[in-house]
Amino acid sequence: MEQIKHHGLMSRKEVELRKAFLEQVHIIPAGERINRCIQCGTCTGSCPVSYAMDISPRELIALFRAGEMEMIMKSRTIWICASCYACTTRCPSGIKITDIIYALKRTAMEKKYQSQQAQQVQILANLFIQNLMSYGRLHEGTLIRKYYMKTNIKKLFGLIPLGRKMFQKKRIAILPKKIKAYASLSRIIKKAQEIEMREEPALLGYEPDYVGYKALGELKLEPRKGE
Amino acid sequence: MKYAYYPGCSLEKTQRGYDESVREVFEALGQELIEIDDWNCCGATIYMSVKETVSLAVSSRNLALAEKMGLDIIAPCSSCFTVLAKTNRILNQVPEMHKDVNEALTEGGLSYKGKTKVRHPVDILMNDVGIETILHNSKKSLNGLKVAPYYGCQIVRPEKGFDDRENPILLDRMFNKCGADVVPFPMKVRCCGGMLMTTFEDTALKLNMELLQCADNNGADVIVTTCPLCHFNLEAYQDKINEKYQTKYNIPILYFTQLLGIVLGLPEKKLGIDSSFIPMCKKITDLMEVQYV
Repeated sequence: MEQIKHHGLMSRKEVELRKAFLEQVHIIPAGERINRCIQCGTCTGSCPVSYAMDISPRELIALFRAGEMEMIMKSRTIWICASCYACTTRCPSGIKITDIIYALKRTAMEKKYQSQQAQQVQILANLFIQNLMSYGRLHEGTLIRKYYMKTNIKKLFGLIPLGRKMFQKKRIAILPKKIKAYASLSRIIKKAQEIEMREEPALLGYEPDYVGYKALGELKLEPRKGE
Repeated sequence: MKYAYYPGCSLEKTQRGYDESVREVFEALGQELIEIDDWNCCGATIYMSVKETVSLAVSSRNLALAEKMGLDIIAPCSSCFTVLAKTNRILNQVPEMHKDVNEALTEGGLSYKGKTKVRHPVDILMNDVGIETILHNSKKSLNGLKVAPYYGCQIVRPEKGFDDRENPILLDRMFNKCGADVVPFPMKVRCCGGMLMTTFEDTALKLNMELLQCADNNGADVIVTTCPLCHFNLEAYQDKINEKYQTKYNIPILYFTQLLGIVLGLPEKKLGIDSSFIPMCKKITDLMEVQYV
């Protein structure tokens, strides 16, 4: 009996990652369906970018069950998802895979996993937020300029012909413009941030330190005879 | 009918052709669009992937403004449409989240009951206005023009909305009735990569090459789009795709409202067709020159 307790124990790091992830999953309506995965691979087959992933969408869920969250956090997969919802539409178990990947992204950002691919996406996301915070609307010119200045300045020069074409077609706003209710929007954002900090969502029915099928909370391991 | 118009950030300038044509087409069909005063960025899918409560609060400010106007929102950009609709869904399904969001909105002197419906122009034009009204107002026939309607991912997914998620047909029907030869386009809901063009360019170029190839193989003269991101990827990066894959695509990309505007006999200039990077094919320029059928 004693030994059974140790089956499926995860390292502390894994436990923390899983806990953080499950908190994110909790926010997704019907997020708990993640435990219905039958590993059929329809998600992977439907994904237009799975060929460029290191871990397929199906494998993401398998790894989560297996208690290998860290491998997911370091993967290229979660950053390359273009959120086209093809997997979510087709999943026979109704799992909201795109939203699950959003949850994984948020977990990775929260826990500061910074692979090279992650960095690019995170830089873009952060600049996007900065942009929104400063003006209330997105100014695409500023976003793209800042992004390439941080990631690949050469590419910024490569974009000059496109920029010129856009200018000729009157498709560029030279300067960003703030919305009138900018102050009020900022207050809304600030308050929402406070709320986000104070919330501690209840976990789904998972014990965070179980792995394998036990992580699904449905099967109970019975000690075999003689043990 | 009156609608609260939410153009979204890309339509303001970089995709002015979509904005201009949506306004013109709706006016020509007797629908009134009232722009939501001082709307803010919806946060796009990028924001959703970072912070949940904040992103929901940011997008619901627009929903609250429309609720005050007592009108449904019309959002032409797929990304805005998805985000606003998704916000609605989450707020309706998760009451705690609704409460939190309202608490944040109060700081800005607003509140949101959850009554605003979020709708896409394709839905309104085909399901409310109806094809009969469109045909009644049409001045030209698209006879002989081969059209590939590209829906992209986010107007039909994730939830079941106004059209089929795997094989939407509203645009096919619209242009078919307007006389066009709608070509088979099996990739009509395949993703264009969206923002991957910035973060994973090679992957996005491949996705867009496949889309162009599919349209070209089926003989399309023009691809019509419903989303600023799809439009930009297919249009502005066509050169780069040709360079990378040794292809010679030169397929004009039009917003569905621009092509519909031509059918309604609206002048090219008002539809923002002059903002296109790729010159229109002869069939389209001929159509634009013809005054009445």
